[in-house]
Amino acid sequence: MARIRTTVDGLVYEDDVEPRMLLVQYLRERLGKTGTVIGCDTSNCGACTVHLDGMSVKSCSVLAVQANGAEVLTIEGLERDGQLHPVQQAFHDNHALQCGYCTPGMIMQSIDLLGDNPDPTEHEVREGIEGNLCRCTGYQNIVRAVQDAATKMKPGAAPTAEAGAKQTVAGGGA
Amino acid sequence: MIPAQFDYVRPTTVEEALQALRDGGDDAKLLAGGQSLLPVLRLRMADPSLIIDLGGIPELRGVREDGNEVVVGAMTSHHDVTRDDILRQHVALIQEATKTVADPQVRHRGTLGGALAHADPAGDLAAPALALEAKFVIAGANGTRTVAAADFFEDYFATAIGEGELLTEIRFPKYTGWGARYEKFNRVAQAWSIVAVAATIKVDGGTISDARIGLTNMAGTPVRATAVESALVGQSATEDNVRKAAQAAAEGTSPTADADAGTDYREHLARVLTGRAVLAAAG
Amino acid sequence: MTTTENPTDAPVKEIGRDRRRKEDRRLITGRTQWTDNKALTGLLHIAIVRSPFAHATIKGIDTSAAKQLPGIVAVYTAADIGADQVQLPCAWPVTKDMRSPQRPALAGSRVNFAGEGVAVVVARSAAIAKDAAELVEVDYDELEPVLDMEEALKDGATLVHPDLGTNSNAQWVFDSGEAGSGGNATEAISKAESDDDQIVVRRRFRQQRLVPVFMEPRSTVVDPTGEQLVMWSSTQVPHILKTMLALTLGLPEHKLRVIAPDVGGGFGGKIAVAPEEVVTLLVSQKLGKPVKWTETRSESLLTAHHGRDQIQDLTMSVTKDGTITGLDVKLLADMGAYLGLVGPGVPILGAFMFNAIYKIPAYRFDCTNVFTTKTLTDAYRGAGRPEATFGIERLMDEAALELGMEPMEFRKKNWIKHDEFPFTTVSTLTYDTGNYEAATDQAMQMFDYDGLRKEQAERRKRGDVKQLGIGISTFTEMCGLAPSRVLGSLDYGAGGWETAAIRMLPTGKVEVVVGVSPHGQGHETAFSQIVADQLGVGFDDVEILHGDTQSSYRGLDTYGSRSLAVGGIAVVKAAEKVIEKAKPIAAHMLEASEGDLEFAAGKFSVKGTDKGVGIQDIALAVFAAHDYPEGIEPDIDAHATFDPENFSFPHGTHLCAVEVDTETGFVSMYKYVCVDDVGNVINPLIVEGQVHGGLAQGIAQALYEEAAYDDQGTLLSGTLVDYTLPSAADLISFDTANTTTASTTNPLGVKGVGEAGTIASTPAVVNSVLDAIRHLGVKDIDMPTTPYRVWSAIQNSSGTSGRADEANVASPGAGLGSTARDMPEGGNL
Repeated sequence: MARIRTTVDGLVYEDDVEPRMLLVQYLRERLGKTGTVIGCDTSNCGACTVHLDGMSVKSCSVLAVQANGAEVLTIEGLERDGQLHPVQQAFHDNHALQCGYCTPGMIMQSIDLLGDNPDPTEHEVREGIEGNLCRCTGYQNIVRAVQDAATKMKPGAAPTAEAGAKQTVAGGGA
Repeated sequence: MIPAQFDYVRPTTVEEALQALRDGGDDAKLLAGGQSLLPVLRLRMADPSLIIDLGGIPELRGVREDGNEVVVGAMTSHHDVTRDDILRQHVALIQEATKTVADPQVRHRGTLGGALAHADPAGDLAAPALALEAKFVIAGANGTRTVAAADFFEDYFATAIGEGELLTEIRFPKYTGWGARYEKFNRVAQAWSIVAVAATIKVDGGTISDARIGLTNMAGTPVRATAVESALVGQSATEDNVRKAAQAAAEGTSPTADADAGTDYREHLARVLTGRAVLAAAG
Repeated sequence: MTTTENPTDAPVKEIGRDRRRKEDRRLITGRTQWTDNKALTGLLHIAIVRSPFAHATIKGIDTSAAKQLPGIVAVYTAADIGADQVQLPCAWPVTKDMRSPQRPALAGSRVNFAGEGVAVVVARSAAIAKDAAELVEVDYDELEPVLDMEEALKDGATLVHPDLGTNSNAQWVFDSGEAGSGGNATEAISKAESDDDQIVVRRRFRQQRLVPVFMEPRSTVVDPTGEQLVMWSSTQVPHILKTMLALTLGLPEHKLRVIAPDVGGGFGGKIAVAPEEVVTLLVSQKLGKPVKWTETRSESLLTAHHGRDQIQDLTMSVTKDGTITGLDVKLLADMGAYLGLVGPGVPILGAFMFNAIYKIPAYRFDCTNVFTTKTLTDAYRGAGRPEATFGIERLMDEAALELGMEPMEFRKKNWIKHDEFPFTTVSTLTYDTGNYEAATDQAMQMFDYDGLRKEQAERRKRGDVKQLGIGISTFTEMCGLAPSRVLGSLDYGAGGWETAAIRMLPTGKVEVVVGVSPHGQGHETAFSQIVADQLGVGFDDVEILHGDTQSSYRGLDTYGSRSLAVGGIAVVKAAEKVIEKAKPIAAHMLEASEGDLEFAAGKFSVKGTDKGVGIQDIALAVFAAHDYPEGIEPDIDAHATFDPENFSFPHGTHLCAVEVDTETGFVSMYKYVCVDDVGNVINPLIVEGQVHGGLAQGIAQALYEEAAYDDQGTLLSGTLVDYTLPSAADLISFDTANTTTASTTNPLGVKGVGEAGTIASTPAVVNSVLDAIRHLGVKDIDMPTTPYRVWSAIQNSSGTSGRADEANVASPGAGLGSTARDMPEGGNL
């Protein structure tokens, strides 16, 4: 067991974890952050994408122990005072989701993409989300949504991962 | 999806990491960016007893100039490589190839050293490193040693890094003003290279004065297309000349046959893609 | 503000509006209820031990080491929980003499495909279960795998199920001569052979094996601690699952409750009574504790059912001026090792679609289903219809080529004209409405067909490295599964009706309980639009309840583009009953006679007066029930079951342009236009989304996907590294549009849209690939048309290429496919 302290969606958590526990399993099973999901076992699908210290990562490809001391932002931490993040809103407005399983990862990756490139071309959006698979939408409305969000987020809106930690939540040691 | 159990340490210096390697013995495994290792662990294709995470060693990160060389710390992420101004100016080829590695999330975590040490024959960074005549600095119990790229890649997933050693930096000679192109060929954007060609070309007044070309997935290790390089030098960079020279691209390769490509197809792709890579790099 | 957008106060019609989906809010904020999210006190986790061999007898299983692991609750072999005695159901015995092997939940003495479960480990955590599963030692005696359908049917072939005496599951034949719906195709073709004015075109096409790859891996949780045994499962078919579990396991049906919470895609892949669902249930019963099973993606690729996999031998006779005179279809369909829930019927659905939109005077369809030692096949988006559409649309191009006709002109010459509807086809279906000319004209114009043909000619003339190809697919499909009587005539084990119930709540809100079970389709939005219009209530006042057999006790679930065309009509019928029941109460409240009332925009009014009462007020009135007419119940809730009289027949014209790199064989999408007639549209946004997603899957069959096995019967495409799905970077934006001929077989005039894109696109893409390089001597390329196959076809003197030419090993460069061998152990960074 290893003791880790992470900030997830603005709250500080302390837990003992097995070193083999993946960040996505920690989020889902220990913190109840089931908004982040698992879609594959080979890092292809990107459904588990979260931000780690402000950068998108596949949370199946990070050990929970590696997130010690880091800030994690998940799909569940995007909403602010009942206001959707512009990318969330754009996914809704553009019908960019059907079953919704890939959606958390798609949104997290799209936010990262727009942080890097606030005004991407269609080609750049497609390349920017190539690590996220969707089986329902054919991607077309996802691409539209990202470009729509880009328009609405101007000027310059980067991911706001680093909302201040308010409270420390000690986890069970088991 | 769940790795087998292992112990975990996170050293903060290279010395500590080497000590952990010695203590861990045969079953210890170094974790760099983890973007190849974690999938392997999840699928239980490997079950090391100890994982040594190199993520806490600041000295292994970063890009700097050192005389005629550019030095990249082994733990420098792909993301950082693709954005580095020094590399853009002097070692454009490694940057071009790195842009094609996997996807943005993987590039955020994955590292240059990790990818090179993993030595996947379909990985995209070994061929450029070979073409660029990079030098690999390897630390061990008896200090550091430097291995030339030509000697570093030994076989499928096998490198010159020995027991109890770790790769600390990769030193690239400067190719200031050379054009660069990494021509990657795969079935879908997410797929690994069937074949890829790394080319960096120096053109003086329309004439190719120097050329470095490396091939991905044309053997168990990256292959240098030396015959093409020599055929190019002194030629004007016309499509005809380049394509003629590229005909020698498959010389000295030993590609495998699989569901994605037979050996003849891989050899053919090596010729076609070499022509394209050189033309783009010379353009 | 002094103006309003709606000055007449007329309610805006909801049907036809591009409403944003109600479902989205939870899904975009992560407030979801996937089955794997479920956490219950004392929840145990299982892992299934699976056979690495395609065909083997089990000599023994040693569970002792696994049982030693701390945290292990139990390790069971099949016999320990009776899983070997289970007969998982097949609901579609396609012929009276169909041969059905027993399909156990876990194999007892013999495994018949790689991945079949042989034991189950129960532990306190999923991690421990996985650790222990690796410690279960199984002693196998390998048998010969059965992999090739034609070899499997030969005398002396190794038998997958020796007790059946054959690898043939069933042979299903339709002959229009015998049915009286047309002539005798065999005679028509043999006559054409000796007729100088006719040609006969013969082709063999291969439908590769595919995997549905729903994004949410399957998961099941069973809680046996209540009075009813509750199963949460990632399924498309909670109702069928419940009834089948009762029948299969001998459980009292009223003691079962099945819940499909949020379900992350299905595409047919979750139409099943899965062995893992049964094992989870058996273990939970045995231990009296809640139990969870969640598969990994590689487990899913290996063991969740696959789709397609046919060999198609097609013969068409046609006069030299381009009139089709006969069509003969011979299919071999790979069932895999066992029969899935509807598996044997999937290729048979194609029997009605090979004749497609064409007037074919004589038709014969002969399908043999074959057992092999591979993962079983069953429904995958389109189920039988993509196979048929591919076959006929490829054959139309081949025939046009032999005739020297323009492929679209050949189609036009043979298709049913718009003024010929309703039209009864040679395969006995009656197409109610359609207009192939209108859809085609619009598609040709959007595509700039003539312009692209010109560009193609120019590139050809210049000898460009990148050649342009144009492919056509003019298709129809049968949707709205299905008229129960038709299903009965096909020996299907259930009906095709659908149910809806409407509950009028006291506060005026409306709960609509539906029997269809969405997993991405947007039912909550589309059905709310329908109810809003029917009852004149607000879109947001309607809640759609589904997926829980406790609230929705009657239904036949979601597949076969049936949710709107059947389920949506049940909703309409239930709403009509609500209005009917409310009418006497309204009359009572308004002190008028029923005959003087009219209902519009949610309100009963007395004709010619301004007196009226809203339906939502009536709901409150019957809740209070203080004052209502004698002789009726104080209740306006209603329940309706709709059994369609006919299928619906969406159609469309799909045009694809690809660029083929003639040096490398790489195919890239260049332009894609489709104009679909799906009948009246409830929500254009949802329709467009369904088409986009369908196209992506159909294009992926043409270009990217294949579940391939090696010669030992091991699945080569066992991870998403090797089973190559397209990402956004591989696809383009599609130009989609609709023409509309309303269906006349249902009151909404709808036809269904779930499968159209998938069914139509695959042949359009392959036709375009071949069109680009036929001048280089290429005749045919097996799907997926990978770069290697395209290049090989250009090189090969035969002009063809396919799997037979390829090394049957996973790519060494496929990263995870290759890391198993020669992985350095330790030392490397």
